[in-house]
Amino acid sequence: MKKQAKFGIGIGVIVISLGFLAWLGYGESKTYYHTIAELQTLQGNELTHRMRVGGTVAPGSIRRFTGRVDFVLEGEGKSLPVSYVGADPLPDTFVDKSQALVEGRPTDGRFVAEVVQAKCASKYEAAPGGTVATSTAKP
Amino acid sequence: MDVFGSFALLLAFICAVYAFGGGIAAILTRHPLLVKSTRQAGIATCCLIFIATFSLEYLFFSDNFASAYVVSHSNRALATFYKIAALWAGQEGSLLFWSFLLAIYVFSVLIAYRNKNGELMPYVGVILAGVQIFFLTLNNFVASPFKALGVAGANGAMDLVARADGNGLTPLLQYPEMVIHPPNLYSGYTGFTIPFAFALAALLARYPGEKWIHLTRKWTMIAWCFQTAGILLGAHWAYAVLGWGGYWGWDPVENASLLPWLTGTAFLHSVMMQEKRGMMKVWNVWLVFSTFILCILGTFLTRSGVVSSVHAFAQSSIGSWFVGFLIVIFLVCLVAYLKNRDYLKSENQLDAIVSRESSFLFNNLILLVSCVAVVSGTLFPVLSEALSGSKINVGAPFFNKVNIPIGLFLLFLTGVGPLLAWRKTSVESLKRNFAWPLMVGLLAGVVIFALGYREVYSLICFALCFFVAATIVMEFYRGAKVIRVRSGASYLTSAIELTMRNTRRYGGYIVHMGMVLIFIGLAGAAFNKNVQKEMQPGSSMQLGKYKLVLQSFDSKPEANYTGLRLNVEVFVDNKPLMMLYPERRIFETNGETGTMVAIYSTLREDLYVVYAGQSPETKLPVLHAYLNPLVKWIWFGGVIVVFGTLVALLPNRRAVLVLSGVPQPAQESLVHGMTPSPSVTYREGHE
Repeated sequence: MKKQAKFGIGIGVIVISLGFLAWLGYGESKTYYHTIAELQTLQGNELTHRMRVGGTVAPGSIRRFTGRVDFVLEGEGKSLPVSYVGADPLPDTFVDKSQALVEGRPTDGRFVAEVVQAKCASKYEAAPGGTVATSTAKP
Repeated sequence: MDVFGSFALLLAFICAVYAFGGGIAAILTRHPLLVKSTRQAGIATCCLIFIATFSLEYLFFSDNFASAYVVSHSNRALATFYKIAALWAGQEGSLLFWSFLLAIYVFSVLIAYRNKNGELMPYVGVILAGVQIFFLTLNNFVASPFKALGVAGANGAMDLVARADGNGLTPLLQYPEMVIHPPNLYSGYTGFTIPFAFALAALLARYPGEKWIHLTRKWTMIAWCFQTAGILLGAHWAYAVLGWGGYWGWDPVENASLLPWLTGTAFLHSVMMQEKRGMMKVWNVWLVFSTFILCILGTFLTRSGVVSSVHAFAQSSIGSWFVGFLIVIFLVCLVAYLKNRDYLKSENQLDAIVSRESSFLFNNLILLVSCVAVVSGTLFPVLSEALSGSKINVGAPFFNKVNIPIGLFLLFLTGVGPLLAWRKTSVESLKRNFAWPLMVGLLAGVVIFALGYREVYSLICFALCFFVAATIVMEFYRGAKVIRVRSGASYLTSAIELTMRNTRRYGGYIVHMGMVLIFIGLAGAAFNKNVQKEMQPGSSMQLGKYKLVLQSFDSKPEANYTGLRLNVEVFVDNKPLMMLYPERRIFETNGETGTMVAIYSTLREDLYVVYAGQSPETKLPVLHAYLNPLVKWIWFGGVIVVFGTLVALLPNRRAVLVLSGVPQPAQESLVHGMTPSPSVTYREGHE
């Protein structure tokens, strides 16, 4: 019985200390997901959270300045002006109409993003009525 | 060919249903003909899946742009090499590829054990068929790769159309690793189906003894080996292609591949407890179950896009199928366990805290904690939304905080565990085994500290790496010395002879050595540096000892893309060292760009140079350079791990010639009168 208690203590110490580290890491890195529409309804304390917002990059909205890139994200009929201020270059997949996920905080009506992830738009799917139809056949 | 392929898939589905239903009937009736016919239905299922997969490849190679899948993922100019890879570039093809790899495993198992283990195999066949039915349902009815392109015709019918050319393969996938990384990872995912099927079958059949463990050991190791290689190749792809300077970002899809690896690693270790001491039986069975469940979860995360990730290209309804399947597997496992749990009673108890058993116990515990942390972190957005309504994501700090200490503790156990005795270890043997390695490790720590490196985790990691490496070297040295005394061969020959006599044990040490090298590489990340600068021809930047000078930039049209290339000369101490050519590729077919990173890699560090884009005002190229120490050790370690696993898979060489004078115990009598367990025979050989 005594041996098992020893093991129990060992296991307990490991699990608790790792749990504590997890809790620290959680506090440091938690980010709230919001839609563009939700962002406009947030109030007070909620606006200071670090958050992630997803949307589609509005065509023609990407403007590059020194040290920042401005663009507009669209989703659910709403739009959100974003300034990207991160150090890393924007991903190759970040183009007009691509789906992008921005991470940062809203400041003075703009969303200031430190991280931008972009996912390829669904351009890989075959567009119905393909652009160059060379042959057609009845099923 | 598309009709042919989809017909083969449909037939495969029917055969799998028969193998499943008929298999259950065969178990109940024990009718030999029924047993045989369901086994053959299982084999036929596999063959039909092979045919379907080859017909999809044929569509790619014949540039059949009437097929929707081919149009989406290939074009005429695509190199042959990548036409093979295009098979798994999208959702439908990936799922077919899953079925294909699983079919290879199932086929091999059904053939290899066709006249053996008569009690167990019908159960195994039914479980494998059950898994195949799920994937064939997806292949046939949810995400068929054989859809033809169509448009709505005038009279309401669909008209088939063909295109002159396809959309091409996404440039991110046009990289050699992308041809080998997915097959490796998928072979890992699918491979764990085999141990799962055997474990569940043994439980259902109340199959006596530890035989299922002996039967599945090599399958588990093959799957584990593929999984390891797949994860590392994925990391290397991310490093060499994505151009962000790192190899691991705790992305949901990366995590998904790590999860079954963690439980699979735990399983590979804890089975030894069951083989040697008859302990941890419930634990082992649940480890295999969870490993398989995590493989399916991993496929689900990758394929469904439930957690947003750069990798998860597809957002589709396929998720609900996977959730349903996961629930079914879990319930089946739970019911089987509850019904037959008395079969899994432990034969022994833990004796002492300093023993082999306890090192395995802690190894398992922390691998599992790591797994739980990674699962919960990955699924946190989903879980938090379900529990509190707000979707919360956790990032790299969360994963690193938990997993770095776990990694270090595991590394420590890697050194200590194999040298502890079963049951209880004496103080003498602790001194004998650990005095030297401990000194080597401490000395290394002190030297590295004196050299000015103060990152705590890295410092501990380096010291532990030296410690573990010393324990492993010492093990080889001691064993080889014994053989050398008797045979007079050189140390190297003796060490090889030693390894060949007990491949499982010494192969395991080689795997451990590979892990040490990987840890050395990982610890280097604490010292990464990077600079980003707008450059005009002639201007330079300094990074560590390297001076980078932009000589010129040009653009070069290629078959499939246009390459914008920077010609960067690298100087060390004002002496020219080499040229690097970071490149951006513009793909005409879909207007995308791809980054080609230029890497100058040495054992000491990687100089990693990216053409980060053009400055919007000045139109000058922006160069981003990273200095990543020790990264090469990770890839090198990975090769050693794979090599060690292959060694451990070899059969043992009998020590007849060299040790002719030494009486050999009769191997067959050792483990329950079954297959000789190699590590028992020679374990105490030189202790």
